[in-house]
Order: sequence, then C-alpha cells, then structure tokens
Amino acid sequence: MAHVLHSAPRYAASDGVVDALTARLGDALLAIREEHGEIVLNVARDSVESTLRTLRDDEAFQQLMDIAGVDYPDRAERFEVVYCLLSVTRNLRLIVKVSTDEATPVPTVTTLWPNAGWYEREVYDMYGVLFAGNTDLRRILTDYGFQGHPFRKDFPLTGYVELRYSEEDKRVVYEPVRLAQDLRQFDYTSPWEGPNYVLPGDEKATGEKAEGPKP
Amino acid sequence: MSFSLEQSPTTGDEVISNYTINFGPQHPAAHGVLRMVMELDGEIIERIDPHVGLLHRGTEKLIEHKTYLQALPYFDRLDYCSPLAMEYSYVLAIEKLLNIEVPLRAQYLRVLFAELTRICNHMLNLGSHVMDVGAMTPNLWLFEIREDCLNFFERASGARLHSAWFRPGGVHQDVPLKLLTDLADWLDTRLPQLFDDAMSLVVGNRIFKQRNVDIALVSKEDALAWGFSGPMIRAAGIAWDLRKAQPYDVYDRMDFEIPVGTRSDCYDRFMVRVEEVRQSARIMKQCLAQMPEGPIASSDRKVSPPKRGEMKSSMESLIHHFKLYTEGFHVPAGEVYVATESPKGEFGVYLVSDGSNKPYRCKIRPTAFSHLQAMDFMCKGHMLPDATAILGAIDVVFGECDR
Repeated sequence: MAHVLHSAPRYAASDGVVDALTARLGDALLAIREEHGEIVLNVARDSVESTLRTLRDDEAFQQLMDIAGVDYPDRAERFEVVYCLLSVTRNLRLIVKVSTDEATPVPTVTTLWPNAGWYEREVYDMYGVLFAGNTDLRRILTDYGFQGHPFRKDFPLTGYVELRYSEEDKRVVYEPVRLAQDLRQFDYTSPWEGPNYVLPGDEKATGEKAEGPKP
Repeated sequence: MSFSLEQSPTTGDEVISNYTINFGPQHPAAHGVLRMVMELDGEIIERIDPHVGLLHRGTEKLIEHKTYLQALPYFDRLDYCSPLAMEYSYVLAIEKLLNIEVPLRAQYLRVLFAELTRICNHMLNLGSHVMDVGAMTPNLWLFEIREDCLNFFERASGARLHSAWFRPGGVHQDVPLKLLTDLADWLDTRLPQLFDDAMSLVVGNRIFKQRNVDIALVSKEDALAWGFSGPMIRAAGIAWDLRKAQPYDVYDRMDFEIPVGTRSDCYDRFMVRVEEVRQSARIMKQCLAQMPEGPIASSDRKVSPPKRGEMKSSMESLIHHFKLYTEGFHVPAGEVYVATESPKGEFGVYLVSDGSNKPYRCKIRPTAFSHLQAMDFMCKGHMLPDATAILGAIDVVFGECDR
C-alpha cells in the first residue's frame, strides 16, 4: 500500500497474510486483495460456512463483528453479504464477501457464532437475502407486517406507506405515502465530470435530442 | 450441603404453566424503546426474545442519499449519549479511504473530546444502572457531572448534544484557550470530587451488591463467541481495548490502563466503567499537557474548507468553498471497515465508496446488537428483577441499536 497518511486504527502488519490465507483456503477462495489497508476476500457462496470455520479455528479470527448487506443492482448476483471478522490474538481484521441474488440462500453461520443470528436477520430484513439453516429468520428492524426490503437500491427513500393515529378509528392507520412536495434530490455534481444525463443544449455537441424545456 | 426446592403450592392435577409477559416497549428500565417478550416460570426467566427496531429510522439509507459531509450529523443521532464517539468512526473511515493527513492538534482535540464523551456517556449509564436497581441519589449527582460535560461540548461546538464537530480531516473549529484551562481545572477539582462522592454511595453498598454480584456471568469463551466488545468483554477478563490494540489518532502517545473484571458479572461491568472514567480523565490531562498549537483541519482544500477570511480575497478559496458545500468531495472507490472504541464497545463503520460524492453504502456496526442478543442466554435462570440490572449493565441506547 501507498504511504499511510491517515490516522485511522492501526493494527498488526498484514505482511504475508494474503499468501497464508491463499494457501489455507484453496478453491473456496475466489479472490483476495489488499486495498486501503483492508484484506478483502471473495468466497464461493456454498463454502462460506466451512471457510469461515477455517478462519475461526485455524486462523484465529475469533470474533464476528458484523454482517453487512450491499446491493449492486447491475450485477447478475446483485447482493453482497459482507462478514467483518476480528482476531483479538493476532490483532487483525478481515472482510469476507459472498455474492447472491434474491432467490439463492446463503448458508448460515449461526452454527459458528451465536451472534450471527441477528445480523443475518437484519440482512434478510433490509435486502431480502435468504440464509439457509437460520431457524429464526424473522424481520428485525422494520415494523411488524412490513412488506418489501427497504435498503435495496430500487426501494424509494420515502417508502410506500406512512402511518398516523386516526382519531376516528382510535388506532394507528397505514396509508400510502402522500408528499405535499416532491422529495427533492439536488444533484450538484459537476456537469463536466459527474452526471450521465443529457442537459439541454447537449444536442448541439452530440446531435441527440435533449429532454428538457424548449428554448 | 443439599436442599430441595420448595414445591409449588399446588394440589392434585393442577398444572402451573409458564406465562409470557411484555417488558416494555415503554418501561423506565428499558433505556428507550425495547420490547422484550419474556417467558417466565414463576419469577424465573426461561426465555427472552428482545424485539428491537422500534426506533429504526433508516439512517443507513438516508446516508446513501447525502454527501459525505451531510451524512455526518446523522451519526450524532445514533448513540445520542455519546455523539462524538459515533462521528469518530465515520470520519476515520473517510480519512482512511482518502488517505489524508490530520494535523496533530486536531488529533489531540478529537481524542480529548472523545474521552470527554466517554465520561459523559458513563455518567448516564452508571447513573441509570444504579437507578434500575433502586437507588435514586447517585443518578442525580452524576447528572451534575454530565451537565458540566454538556456545557463543555456547547462551548466547543455550539451544541450541547448533537455536536457535529468532527470533520473528515480534523475538527470543525478550534476551541478557545479558556475552554482548555477550564477543562483542566474541572479535571483536577470538580470531576474527582463529584464522582468519588457519588461512587461512595454505590460501590460498597450492600443492596447494590446484592442486586449485581454474580448476576449474568459470562465466560471468556462466550464473550468472544457472542461478539462482545468494550466494557462487556473487559469485564469478562479479556484486556481488549481498541484504543490500546489498534490505536487511532494520538492514542498511542497516551499512557493509560485497561481495567478488567475478574468475575464477569454485572458488578464487574459497572466497576470497569467506573475505572474507565478515571482513566479517561487521565488521558484528557495528557492531551491538555501535550497539545501543540497549529491548524485544526487538513490543509487539503479538496476536503476541508478554507477560512472565511481567505475567501474574501482569494477566488480559488471561494471556488473551493462553493464546491465543498454544494457538490462535496469525492472519495476514491473502495471499501473499509473502521472501528473505534466507543464508550459502549466497538462501534464500526463499513463504508463502500464508488468514487462519487455520496457513500454507496454505509453499514453501521452498533455495539448493542451483539450485547442485546446475548440477553437471552445471560438472563436464563435469573429472576425477573435481575433483567433490569443486566440490561443496565449492557449500556444500550436504541438510537444506535436500531439506527
């Protein structure tokens, strides 16, 4: 890695770790790289449980700190499940990633770490990723009876339903979202380098017809 | 010695079945909005199913729609008892992706105020833990200290609670010299006096010990397997502190000790926090003694804004300022997981950047998720009133847990 200027947490040197992990994990390892001081592993989905077991038992990554979901709608397998591991004896961190789609379940790791249960529930709740073998895959953060998976990139920021207390019905009622004003998303990225939409006037350069107000 | 349990006063075919109760969502000892479905056998807890998410605000989704700078104040609103500790992980994550240098004075300031945040947070937690098990006075006395802390935050950032004072590349503005001298004064005189007074009511108190000693024992192996961090893992006897093990900013220059527990019960968790307050005061004193003069934010004008005065005469500064507060800065593509030692444990931010001016994904690792999940196994076999002591010793805040 380039010269470190930042003052973010400094842990044990990762010299040789990449090679050691490559040798240890064999075919299950799809890719491994070290970037921004983080060791990131891509692992085959079906072998994630055995890989993490190897990392826990043989490589001394005792703690599962977090499981994060990430949505990349453009990819064939749109979801990434990211396991953040910590070794308190070697003072090292690892990021292990698995990709999946809406229908294919990821093997659970609740067999390895009891605290994986809630993290998997959260990824399921937010992204709809299924975990095979998790016996308690309920929603966790959203409302009872909530529909949809809100952290997917195609889920609107404003959601679909809003709730209020109805004085007539003497209970909380759910209604479709009605915004008095459209949600404003200002895009300040420089028109020279940022956005990929067509601005009025662009047709003069490219010959395409611009969408937008007529001059 | 052998003894037999008293039989339930039932006769004949009568069967007493377990019953289920709701603890919360509105309960003074639930520390916010927590609903716990408890299955009880008499007064013995058989099973606990915590229902979280009642304070879920979709912070991570909101952050994806904001620029890096606009997303920062959301972190204050996670753990609203220790706002600066929340911002800390986020700004360090951005700095790690950008790989920018932070001036030394800014590093000292951040450590100084992160430790003040720790004291502030522990005042609330120690006080409410004590109150959960029945004592009123210490809480009121500790709030005196907390009030002092909030005044210091106000003098530094202008806000008592939601400071939004850390910035990628440093801090927002420098502190007046008088604030530093007042802090030093407070650390020498007022804090130890008030704190020792309040603790003298609690630490040796018979009732407090009866309610906490030997409650919710957790072995070292369990603490590791359940992903414990912070005072919870230290009370289990593992001297693991990210400030020591993975130092960030100037923590490696600080001389402090990590308190560990011996029995890993609720009393140990309490006492670890008590000692942490003293160690935090020690770190703050060192910060005040060592802090150099100098700039308080990175000189990289693509990340941190120029001074107001510069903007009056320099066109370039004006453009930098305008671009920073409209478009924001771009962060190189990549992903990092950065965790710091928040007062409650390991608070991590998994930040994915796609090279644009907004985070692609910002996963927040709350400390409470692991700890609260362990409520079930920690409470099993304990009495119903112990649940409040256990919950108080976890130190859970729902802004952070539910995000």
